Amino acid sequence: MTLLKVTDLTVTLATSSGSAQAVRNLSFEIGSGEILGIAGESGSGKTMTALSILGLLPYKGKAEGSIYFDGREILTSSKKEYRNIRGKEIAMIFQDPMTSLHPMLTIQTQLTEHLRHHRKVSKDSARQSALELLSIVKIPDPAAALSAHPNQFSGGMRQRIAIAMALACEPKLLIADEPTTALDVTVQAGILKLLHQLRSERNLSIMVITHDLGVLSSLTDRIMIMYAGSEAESGKTSDLLLHPRHPYTEGLISALPGFAKEGKVLTSIRGVPPELGNFPSGCAFHKRCSYAQASCSSEIPTAIQISDSHRIYCPINPLTENSVR
Amino acid sequence: MEPASVRVFSLRKILTGAGFLPFIVRRLLTAVVLILGMTFIAFSVTQLVPGDPVAANLGQSAYSDPEIVAAFKKEFGLDQPVYIQYVTYVGNLLQGDLGTSLSSKRPVTEDLKEYFPATLEIAMFAVFVALFLGILLGTISAMTRDRLPDQIIRVFSLTGVSMPVFWTAITAFYIFFFVLGWAPGTGRLEPGAEPPPNVTGLFTIDALLDGDFSTSRQALSYLLLPALVLAVYALGVITRFTRASVLEILGNDYVRSARAKGLSEFTVIRRHVLRPALLSIITIAGVAFASLLAGSVLVENVFSWPGLGQYAYRAAVGLDLPGIMGVSMIVATVFILMNLVVDILYRVIDPQMRDAG
Amino acid sequence: MSDLKVARKGMVKNSNSIWRQPLAIFGIAIVGMWIILAVFAPWIAPYDPYSQEFDKFVPPSAAHWMGTDELNRDVLSRVIYGARISLPYALLLVILSALIGSTIGAISGYFGGKVDSVIMRITDIFFAFPGIILAMAVAAALGPEIRNAVIAVTIVAWPVYARLVRSLILNAKQNDYVTASSLLGSSSLRTLLVDLRPNISGPVFVLAALEVGTALLLLSGLSFLGLGAQPPSAEWGAMVSMGAVNFDRWWVGLFPGLAILTAVLAFNFIGDTLRDALDPRTAKALRD
Repeated sequence: MTLLKVTDLTVTLATSSGSAQAVRNLSFEIGSGEILGIAGESGSGKTMTALSILGLLPYKGKAEGSIYFDGREILTSSKKEYRNIRGKEIAMIFQDPMTSLHPMLTIQTQLTEHLRHHRKVSKDSARQSALELLSIVKIPDPAAALSAHPNQFSGGMRQRIAIAMALACEPKLLIADEPTTALDVTVQAGILKLLHQLRSERNLSIMVITHDLGVLSSLTDRIMIMYAGSEAESGKTSDLLLHPRHPYTEGLISALPGFAKEGKVLTSIRGVPPELGNFPSGCAFHKRCSYAQASCSSEIPTAIQISDSHRIYCPINPLTENSVR
Repeated sequence: MEPASVRVFSLRKILTGAGFLPFIVRRLLTAVVLILGMTFIAFSVTQLVPGDPVAANLGQSAYSDPEIVAAFKKEFGLDQPVYIQYVTYVGNLLQGDLGTSLSSKRPVTEDLKEYFPATLEIAMFAVFVALFLGILLGTISAMTRDRLPDQIIRVFSLTGVSMPVFWTAITAFYIFFFVLGWAPGTGRLEPGAEPPPNVTGLFTIDALLDGDFSTSRQALSYLLLPALVLAVYALGVITRFTRASVLEILGNDYVRSARAKGLSEFTVIRRHVLRPALLSIITIAGVAFASLLAGSVLVENVFSWPGLGQYAYRAAVGLDLPGIMGVSMIVATVFILMNLVVDILYRVIDPQMRDAG
Repeated sequence: MSDLKVARKGMVKNSNSIWRQPLAIFGIAIVGMWIILAVFAPWIAPYDPYSQEFDKFVPPSAAHWMGTDELNRDVLSRVIYGARISLPYALLLVILSALIGSTIGAISGYFGGKVDSVIMRITDIFFAFPGIILAMAVAAALGPEIRNAVIAVTIVAWPVYARLVRSLILNAKQNDYVTASSLLGSSSLRTLLVDLRPNISGPVFVLAALEVGTALLLLSGLSFLGLGAQPPSAEWGAMVSMGAVNFDRWWVGLFPGLAILTAVLAFNFIGDTLRDALDPRTAKALRD
């Protein structure tokens, strides 16, 4: 059952050199209880996609297209309607737990303020819920934690608190923007395991944004690869990682030691990702693509369905079924 | 009787060690060095040519009479060699004696006691208005960024810091006294009115303490215009700074998190933005307060307000070393106290500093 | 060698944004207007600013757009000529205090150690002294005159530049290109002038731009108190003081004060815009 359906999303931002599109005609879906990973390099538009769902685009940013959530269109929401969705039906956690929690407010305040706002519960009842949330995310000594401040916790703990904060009003969709990027590798696994658990226990849909293919492989059901504001490829995690069909995805994966063919030299994609406002014409990847042909610089790629669940945006479809890892 | 080496050791520890007592001692020593430095500069200025404290404080006819000049010089020790004058002054100062003012011929401490409260009265009123209105307008300005309210407030606050305060004073006086008749005249009270019995020196308070409501109201009506004129510059500074501060904080990640939780914008501002903003605003309030002294020299001149500003002017023009130093030291003391208050407020507002100790 | 060149370039100026800000354009236009008025005063002013041939206290009228003052002189002409006094002296003051302050700060920051401690103590003492009192006393001692007022305010204004330059140099000293330069044999002076100067001049310039307004206010304030320009000088602050004495003839004080206000406002517009464009934090806030 589809929970979130994004169609033709285009996000325009204002920069010092004029306006630029950060996301271009993006479409994807998330079902209930599904974990979708959105992956790509910096500047691919992943974060702007997430922010536009909640109406949190930066100053002078605009989003167009359609975002259908839980049976209704939310892209055209008023400020009041957005506030009714945020924290209540869709929640978000951000990349850097050191800066995304308020340094001067207690954990209790930060865990309960939106709970009391959205559900009008009493202070004591909210405090109870906060204690439960903290134990779900496995914070030791929840009672003491409530009266503490974020600076008294480590990065991993702060991210758990942020997750607890996101869960307070039992949202249907959790958006996690690079949830483990700022954390130690050893701590990452714990966070990922927690997210997995939450999905199983609460049928929580999760949209995970990351550039870390390792996170994707261990957590997600499906992946969408983004490049220069558009989709490159999307499908089931196993399909993408084992049988990538877009040159960009293939490049990303062959750069990983874990996925490379034994005995072969590690490759990397030549060139650098394009800057906002300076996306190449046609297929944005053509300048770095080893399979590029003349038409790639003028034709904007349309979707090619590889299978029911697997599609790529590439006019030439150079890789075949046999590029097996 | 401790051996000398042990006593020397403790002295060293006090000067360089950690902890509260050494901290206070170091602060005091710095203050003393600072004040001594100030006396040196002030004294040098009074010795600059062609300036002459004698000529500056005696009328023209008196100055032409050598006997009067000699008597004046003797009374204030100006007949002594320069270095003796300086050493005598500093010596007295270190014992707590601020000397006698050349311009008023009274002990400086008496002068300060008389003139300081008057300035304090308008300054306190001005600070209160500037802070309250400034933070309010600055926050509104930031919240309505680039829209009409922001543009209007920005123009007003920029104009406020560009206005010459002496011109604002006479223009305000002209409009509100002469044209509209809303404000009373110059001075602290009606001509001929009795000041209330002296407790604090602040007429509004003293009259209240005396049960004399009408005098208190009268004093308030006389202080309104000079205080508001004095507030204009500080108001402009605080408004602009608050706007910049709030805007910067609005860009922080934790504000985005708060919005992502669906809280109303009002709650986000009130609970998540204002507290961090208050920290930097307090600092700038200190700077704004500094501008008040410069402003009061000019405002008190226009409104014939018998305060420290007027006294400072007379002392400066009279090359009156004790007078100049007296005013300077009161101002410096106010500053130190204010820094202390700011430090305390910092700790109250920011738990991170509290936890750190 | 090319790395040194790149590093010396210092802060990248986002000069595009400066010209796009309407406020800056407005400020430059007003300053330009005053400069033109000052330079071409003899041709623009309707009458001789010192001539006392008119009637006393004429309110603003067709013949005298800003009326006449207590000594029968045309106010408009005096306001225009006033630009020839107030503006150059204010700019002179800023240049002097910036140069003196920057030099002292540079010496303090670069040589460090005992030199730094002593200079910093002295700077602190000047900071502790209430500026206006020191300025008034110096002006009174040297004799009330616009040139002495400039000296007086310079003495009060230099510390703020010294502190800025010192902290800039302390920061820059830690950069590798400075170490590289001295290892290559640059003398101290050369290092200061060639390697460090580009990074210093930007912020100092912004500070100076912001300070011109303050300088103008202080100078005219001193003149208002009688400690700056003396009669019959057409300096704006001195004119306002006559307006205070004759406050019922509102035009005598209003117009010179407006002149000060517009000039200071214009410099503040420019200074504000410069600061927003060059300060990395506010520049980022403007872009986002």
